[in-house]
Amino acid sequence: MTKAISVAGLHKSFGRTHALDGLDLTVETGEVHGFLGPNGAGKSTTIRVLLGLLRPDSGAAAVLGRDPWQHAVELHRRIAYVPGDVTLWRNLSGGEVIDLFGRLRGGGLDKARRAELIERFELDPTKKGRTYSKGNRQKVALVAAFASDVDLLVLDEPTSGLDPLMEEVFQSCVTEARERGRTVLLSSHLLSEVETLCDRVSIVRRGRTVESGSLAELRHLTRTSVTAELASPPNGLAHLPGVHDLTVTGQRVRLQVDTDKLDAVLRSLTGSGVRSLTSTPPTLEELFLRHYADDQHADDQHADDQHADEEVRS
Amino acid sequence: MTLTGTGTLARLALRRDRVMIPLWALVTGGLVASGAGSLEGLYGTAAERAEIAASMTANSSMRSLYGPVFGDSLGGLVAWRFGTFAAVLAAVASVMVVIRHTRDEEETGRQEMLSAGAVGRRAPLTAALLAALALDTAVALIVTAGLAGQGAAGALALGLAVGGTGMVFATLAAVTAQLTESARLARGLAAAVLGLAFVLRAAGDAGTASGDSVLTWLSPIGWAENVRAFAGERWWVLLLILAAVLVQTAVAYALTARRDVGASFFATRPGPAEGRLATAGALAWRLQRGALLGWSLGFLLGGLVFGGMVEGAADIVGDNEQARQIFERMGGRSGLTNAFLATMVSLFGMIAALFAVASVLRAHGEETSGRAEPLLANALGRIRWAAGHLVIAFGGSALILALAGLGLALSYGHDLGPVLGAALAQLPAVWTLAGLAVLLWGAVPKAATAAWGAAGLCLALGWIGPALDLPQAALDLSPFGHLPKLPGQDMAWGPVLALTALAAALVAAGLAGLRRRDVQG
Repeated sequence: MTKAISVAGLHKSFGRTHALDGLDLTVETGEVHGFLGPNGAGKSTTIRVLLGLLRPDSGAAAVLGRDPWQHAVELHRRIAYVPGDVTLWRNLSGGEVIDLFGRLRGGGLDKARRAELIERFELDPTKKGRTYSKGNRQKVALVAAFASDVDLLVLDEPTSGLDPLMEEVFQSCVTEARERGRTVLLSSHLLSEVETLCDRVSIVRRGRTVESGSLAELRHLTRTSVTAELASPPNGLAHLPGVHDLTVTGQRVRLQVDTDKLDAVLRSLTGSGVRSLTSTPPTLEELFLRHYADDQHADDQHADDQHADEEVRS
Repeated sequence: MTLTGTGTLARLALRRDRVMIPLWALVTGGLVASGAGSLEGLYGTAAERAEIAASMTANSSMRSLYGPVFGDSLGGLVAWRFGTFAAVLAAVASVMVVIRHTRDEEETGRQEMLSAGAVGRRAPLTAALLAALALDTAVALIVTAGLAGQGAAGALALGLAVGGTGMVFATLAAVTAQLTESARLARGLAAAVLGLAFVLRAAGDAGTASGDSVLTWLSPIGWAENVRAFAGERWWVLLLILAAVLVQTAVAYALTARRDVGASFFATRPGPAEGRLATAGALAWRLQRGALLGWSLGFLLGGLVFGGMVEGAADIVGDNEQARQIFERMGGRSGLTNAFLATMVSLFGMIAALFAVASVLRAHGEETSGRAEPLLANALGRIRWAAGHLVIAFGGSALILALAGLGLALSYGHDLGPVLGAALAQLPAVWTLAGLAVLLWGAVPKAATAAWGAAGLCLALGWIGPALDLPQAALDLSPFGHLPKLPGQDMAWGPVLALTALAAALVAAGLAGLRRRDVQG
């Protein structure tokens, strides 16, 4: 399989803010790739680099095998993009914007598919930009993206503002896109959405990739919680590597264990005779919270810097 | 309480405008206050002042720019030369401040957030008007303090006239902000009234030397002039200004009480379900055609109005010997006619530069608002995208100048070719300023709005520069100063071609910068 996106050692600074600090990202052709990270981690900056809107300070980026800065226009014929915060022209109707995007990408849109998507997303295409709610503005961009015949969909928090029914429509559209062989880069905060849709995920924090792999692989790196009722008091559990938060009440045991050390813990438990056992795999929330919470303070700082920058600009 | 929270909102407005308001007040007030020194250097003796007063009042193109000279004291000359300009500056700043804190806030949705707090229905409008009042009071104070040496009564009258004109337009903007959902349109409507007020005053003063033409009295700027500071002040005219402020304030409050937050009196109609827009150029046209239509109408009407005054411009003012001598010195009938046309054409040129800069910066606005990003994520190169807006900026300025020239020539009734040519000869200077805007936007996007400063500076240099006793090097900064004075003078191709080449180079450099830099957003 060829790589749809390959990024290595990407750096980008805005003044004193280091938005990207050696970020790596690999997206295989035909997969739905989740792109996760706390606010201000550098997700949108990465996406703008991938679209050739920003020029990286250093590092290599290739999209569909080409340099996005050099070949932005040719690449964009094969890419559809949905920004997280869609701003529309106040005096253009949604339908006009959808068609404009289709024509600017080249070739226009498949009429039947456009009509079907408008129907599914329950969008009124005759309303003007200023009268749409946030979710409806988002739908305009989503219809324009899904109606186009492209190889790569770049979606930056595309479902912010969508109601749960529309969220379901969105998920089925992504699934269909994958079935048709499209590649999808999906930046998202909705963990259930990521869990349902994504083949692989990359987690970024402060401009750097901290984890990358399939969900199963990532789960492997975290802790499983185990509750067991034993025939006799446990023996030597506390000394096993990878065991955390151990509480023993008589013959009842609760503990957290690094998932790759689970085997040794189970052996030790069966040595004491297991009467009942519940083992809960780590939820995605736990997975992310571990990465998100680590540097909460640092991220707050980061967000403040960005805010200050925005104020200077406006 | 419909006014709850006004104090907090007013502080917010002043905090957000902590640079803009003091800067405008200092520039506007300081310009007038420093005028006495400059004019004293130029016209030191009473005889010199009487001479300039007589010749300026006799010259209708001068009257149309500055109004008649009512008093030949130093203070009187300052009021004549700087009063109108300062009043227009205060009006522009006041419109900006009021729209910024009313319709702009509603359009962006910030007002909704604020109004969800303990904020009365009338508080946002009141806070905006208070911010404008702070600006105009500062202007009035600086003018009064700066000219107090020339006579306290005259200084106070001029200060109140300038600041009062600012408040007339602040309250006008308060009304237009209620009428439309778009801040851009609200600003445009207020600016159109300001333009109309200027044209009315200029037309009235071009026709009569007494300042008492009906047209002049229809214009708030004419009122400011007719306060006659330093020339037997007519204090009652200030009551007219106050009445206008009060009436417009009442109308604005009445309108604001009858509508929803974010809404206007014109409901939004649905648009087509399928669009025909296919190119960046078509989109740029769609976004800018309304503004271009407004400017075209304004320039055509302005041309028609001023063209009708060309004949009168050459009539002798008064029948005394001194006026006749001045008349001869100015080149007699054809000299005066040409001088009037050249002045008008140059004025249209400098104002057309404002259109060109606004049109170029529209692309900058598309970028900073985030709307350019999804466009550029399509198969659309940056240059092609920019070109859509630049064609309108450069072609549109040619169109509106041609319309102004056409209007002038049609209602004058002679010399269609020369007058049209004279109007179009302003283009190289207009394009140079537009090119500067392209360069700033392309190379240093954070400083793009400095192009407004450049256009404003050129307008100031052309309007009041000669009276400021500035060195020639400073006057030469404006590209308009290098153009031949058409009609009347011979066409000078050298500077015209040089400026055109400079404009082309600026555009090329700006586009090269645009290609290399990050897209803002």
